[in-house]
Amino acid sequence: MTMKKGSDKTSKSEPETSDKPDFRDDDLERRRRQLDAEIATRRRSGSEGERGAKSGGTTGYGQAVKLSSEFIAGVAVGAGLGWAIDRWAGTSPWGLIVFLLLGFAAGVLNVMRSAGVVAQPGQKVPDKHPKGSDD
Amino acid sequence: MSNDPIHQFHITKLIPIEIGGYDFSFTNSSAFMVATIAVAGAFLFLTTSSRGLIPSRLQSISEMSYEFVASMLRDAAGSHGMKFFPFVFSLFMFVLVANLLGLFPYFFTVTSQIIVTFALALLVIGTVIVYGFMKNGIGFLKLFVPSGVPGILVPLVVLIEIISFLSRPISLSVRLFANMLAGHITLKVFAGFVASLSAFGAIGVAGSILPLAMTVAITALEVLVAFLQAYVFAVLTCMYLNDALHPGH
Repeated sequence: MTMKKGSDKTSKSEPETSDKPDFRDDDLERRRRQLDAEIATRRRSGSEGERGAKSGGTTGYGQAVKLSSEFIAGVAVGAGLGWAIDRWAGTSPWGLIVFLLLGFAAGVLNVMRSAGVVAQPGQKVPDKHPKGSDD
Repeated sequence: MSNDPIHQFHITKLIPIEIGGYDFSFTNSSAFMVATIAVAGAFLFLTTSSRGLIPSRLQSISEMSYEFVASMLRDAAGSHGMKFFPFVFSLFMFVLVANLLGLFPYFFTVTSQIIVTFALALLVIGTVIVYGFMKNGIGFLKLFVPSGVPGILVPLVVLIEIISFLSRPISLSVRLFANMLAGHITLKVFAGFVASLSAFGAIGVAGSILPLAMTVAITALEVLVAFLQAYVFAVLTCMYLNDALHPGH
């Protein structure tokens, strides 16, 4: 709709050259498509560069917060689950012990996943999500 | 009070409301959440209302944020994921605007409260679980069984995968909260050095240039972190939604 409005405006603003309005509209349409394609390619390369700069700028501090939060979350969820199971089933302290160890393993798995050492669970085809590991 | 780096996170009740013994007060945190939504909504509405074919600067900011989130979602979850675009875009804009608003002096940072970020993360994981079961039925549980694991190890691996899945909302919320909290405390501590050093006469005033320069530098870093954390939050949301759309493939 905006495209139509824009082409109308151009043909109105230059009435002496618009003796062949169909031709002008076709031309405008063609140029608009060309521009779209160019923007698309340029934007893709631009966002690649942006992404690279970002992951480079946050190497130390961001990486530390990311990995430690992954690990702590794994251990905390394991301990919480174990504690809840103990409370519910009265098996204290075995649930806490077992699930704390499992939580430790899950935390290590989280860290390795977010560091890109191990593949993500839904990522069996590596070339399908090439940029999945850089978050 | 002026030098207490934690003071900025205190919650104060603006309009006390209590319903049935529960505290529903309108706090400064609620006020800034409303402000966040108002700013984000007003910005997007006003900048796109002219709908120029050739966008103005502000309009192209809105269009860029749209394109940014759309391409992120399409990359991570495929074109099926686009039905979640409104959800991801709202989350991204809310976190981004809340982070940026928090950088103004005397403003409250909504995302430095873990309960806020945890609620956002629970919303994401809740959506993943509900939609995953709705779309794939019981097949969603295949997410927890990696292929190629020896039969005897499957129960152990499944338990670990379940704990790993449940830890996602916690790591998602802790990451955003810790970044914002640590950044704001650092900023406040360095700014406090400027004030306390200037009390030592001329040498102190000369020396206080160092923490002042540091404060300026950290402010710039915080703008980057504000954007980056909103980006990370949105990217992880997209990846988790991808699990709900295509489990175990």
